[in-house]
Amino acid sequence: MTRPTPETLAHTARRARPGAGAAGDPDHAPAPRAGAAPAASRAVPAAPEGAPTPVRQPATAQVSGAGSLVRSLEALGVDVVFGIPGGAILPAYDPLYDSTVRHILVRHEQGAGHAATGYAQATGRVGVCIATSGPGATNLVTPIADAFMDSVPMVAITGQVARPMIGTDAFQEADIQGITLPITKHNFLVQTAEEIPQVLAEAFHLASTGRPGPVLVDIPKDVLQAEVTFSWPPTLELPGYRPTLHPHGKQIREAARLMSAARRPVLYVGGGVLKAGATEGLRRLAELTGIPVVTTLMALGAFPDSHRQHLGMPGMHGTVAAVYGLQKADLIVALGARFDDRVTGKLDSFAPDATVVHADIDPAEIGKNRHADVPIVGDARHVIDELIAAVTAERAAHPATDLADWWTQLDDLRERYPLGYEEPADGTLSPQYVIKRLGEIAGPDTIYVAGVGQHQMWASQFISYEKPQTWLNSGGLGTMGYAVPAAMGAKVGRPDTTVWAVDGDGCFQMTNQELATCALEGIPIKVAVINNGNLGMVRQWQTLFYGERYSNTELGTHKHRIPDFVKLAEALGCVGLRCENAADVDKTIEAAMAITDAPVVIDFTVGKDAMVWPMVAAGTSNDEIMFARGVRPDFDENDV
Amino acid sequence: MTLHTLSVLVENKPGVLARVSGLFSRRGFNIDSLAVGETENPDVSRITIVVNAESSPLEQVTKQLNKLVNVLKIVELDPQVSVARELLLVKVRADRAARAQVLETVGLFRARVVDVAPDTLTIEATGTPDKLDALLRDLEPFGIKEMVQSGTVAIGRGSRAITAGPALRAA
Repeated sequence: MTRPTPETLAHTARRARPGAGAAGDPDHAPAPRAGAAPAASRAVPAAPEGAPTPVRQPATAQVSGAGSLVRSLEALGVDVVFGIPGGAILPAYDPLYDSTVRHILVRHEQGAGHAATGYAQATGRVGVCIATSGPGATNLVTPIADAFMDSVPMVAITGQVARPMIGTDAFQEADIQGITLPITKHNFLVQTAEEIPQVLAEAFHLASTGRPGPVLVDIPKDVLQAEVTFSWPPTLELPGYRPTLHPHGKQIREAARLMSAARRPVLYVGGGVLKAGATEGLRRLAELTGIPVVTTLMALGAFPDSHRQHLGMPGMHGTVAAVYGLQKADLIVALGARFDDRVTGKLDSFAPDATVVHADIDPAEIGKNRHADVPIVGDARHVIDELIAAVTAERAAHPATDLADWWTQLDDLRERYPLGYEEPADGTLSPQYVIKRLGEIAGPDTIYVAGVGQHQMWASQFISYEKPQTWLNSGGLGTMGYAVPAAMGAKVGRPDTTVWAVDGDGCFQMTNQELATCALEGIPIKVAVINNGNLGMVRQWQTLFYGERYSNTELGTHKHRIPDFVKLAEALGCVGLRCENAADVDKTIEAAMAITDAPVVIDFTVGKDAMVWPMVAAGTSNDEIMFARGVRPDFDENDV
Repeated sequence: MTLHTLSVLVENKPGVLARVSGLFSRRGFNIDSLAVGETENPDVSRITIVVNAESSPLEQVTKQLNKLVNVLKIVELDPQVSVARELLLVKVRADRAARAQVLETVGLFRARVVDVAPDTLTIEATGTPDKLDALLRDLEPFGIKEMVQSGTVAIGRGSRAITAGPALRAA
């Protein structure tokens, strides 16, 4: 296995690496949204901030529509796109051949989409994926929906059949604009070659500003082939798009007053804080007020796990302290969070005594699930900065309430109900142990990318996240198969950072073909397959709610070793390792860490009976949280 | 549930109506009436939607509508301070014997005859939904052969215009 491959060399010869600062230090890089303030209808587009300086272009040039597309991508500062060519998008691949934009040839369009998401989540920049018409475009539907649910800045470019053929059931025709209507922030069907630069600039602006999200640009083949004069920069015409970034001062002062007066306050932090690059401000706000912090699944890393004020993750598999903290709070300050059903449990019994301050950049989130007593529309960074100022002023005028009693209760819960697990009675390897050791050995600078299921929850619980953009997962849509391609995208975006995918044997079998891409393109990700031979989370529900009737959850990766993940890894050009007992865990992880020139897959063969705890069963109240099977935390003595 | 009339100003572009109506259908709201047309600014269309819904889910839909990039402005029109009209075209059986009576009804409702055939009259009427219902009730006994109704269009009373505003002026 010699590396780098010819493909890698060809790309490195002509690719321009972005500046290092932006990716590694999101708090000090300009926030992707900050540039959006004058979202005026006639603004000149800036390249997404944090992106490399746009390539200098002659003001105008005669090109094809495809040439205009590629030049627009270059002018927007795009350094990499993930895609697969096909009939309708083929014209675009010709100018791409000698572009400074690196194209990474994936094995399935779903891989391109999740890679774009992983790239975007790891860097804060817009991720770009390309597919052809029809099946190419429909294969992007899952990653687009995924990016929509998790508010990821992504631009998907699809080829479409030629304009005269649209609506005729032409070969490889699909109405992808219609299909993605409810799962994109916006989408475009380009009508003429002249409008390509403007549409691309608008797409990037929409994807990266306000509440970020995926934008699809569908371009008919004859538009790509048409001759056109390319000119840059275009003018944005988005008169109906005016995201509110700065919060209302009156609401901020009211929030600050409540924060100083509350006896049992909690800061409920969501992914919006990470997207706004507001983590440093969050730490200052938390330390200024002494208020306990919970971070949702989408916000892990926004506040250091090791921080004394961090209660952990709330929700279905959150810590007892975080769930109880929200449930018993008299004030919840929600920052860039959306009161998701996995967090609130049964909504009408959620935090019954709490006054709610809800800050979000998207006005439609405020009051959607839980009434907001103090609604604040604004970018989390501005909201937090202004809250800090307002709280400081409030405290100068009136002494804040002492939170000692509240902390005593919460500390007591943390002590009595810490996250933990029992070693399997049957002597099999404990999946939690594997994940815990992985986090300890790979450390807080590594990016961890999870699939969906038990392994995802254990990765959220047993790895300590200290820094923003080190935890990537599919939170809203819950897309099995996310991990491998998203890890690939993250590694491309931050090549100097170690990227570990923590995947399940079920998830891994959905998208592992992208390991071939990783091997050939020189993207040395590491994959820990937490192989319990089953669709573990579904099996856990069957254990708990379906009388242990294990209908269609046994995958055969243990019993028959089909597939053999070590052989599969090797077949895909990766190093394959296997670990079956606790004694080998550290040295197998260390062996994988030592390999830096090839992707590595470790098949951790673990027991099938481990379960994720604590758990609030779906549809029940957070008051019903179970610390372990049959064990309910004893809240009564603490009841307030 | 109450009837709400929303005036939605949108960019005059293909596909915008599908985006707007999709937000209603997904939440199971049945649109009672829908009318779309250009405004004084040809770049801007106005969609008038009448929907039967509770206020709080409707507020959520309105917020989602506001998020659509092509939507410029949404105003809920209060029936007390707005004028709402529908257009009705109805083909009524009216032979020699009945014609005078039909014409009398047309006159009472200040409707107009727009087409005459030996055994039918085609009548045009505008008005509030209540008035048009009353007209139809009176014409029913003669025999309604065919009818077509527009969606409600509505506009606020007074001198203020909802189309005033920087985003809505002609380019």
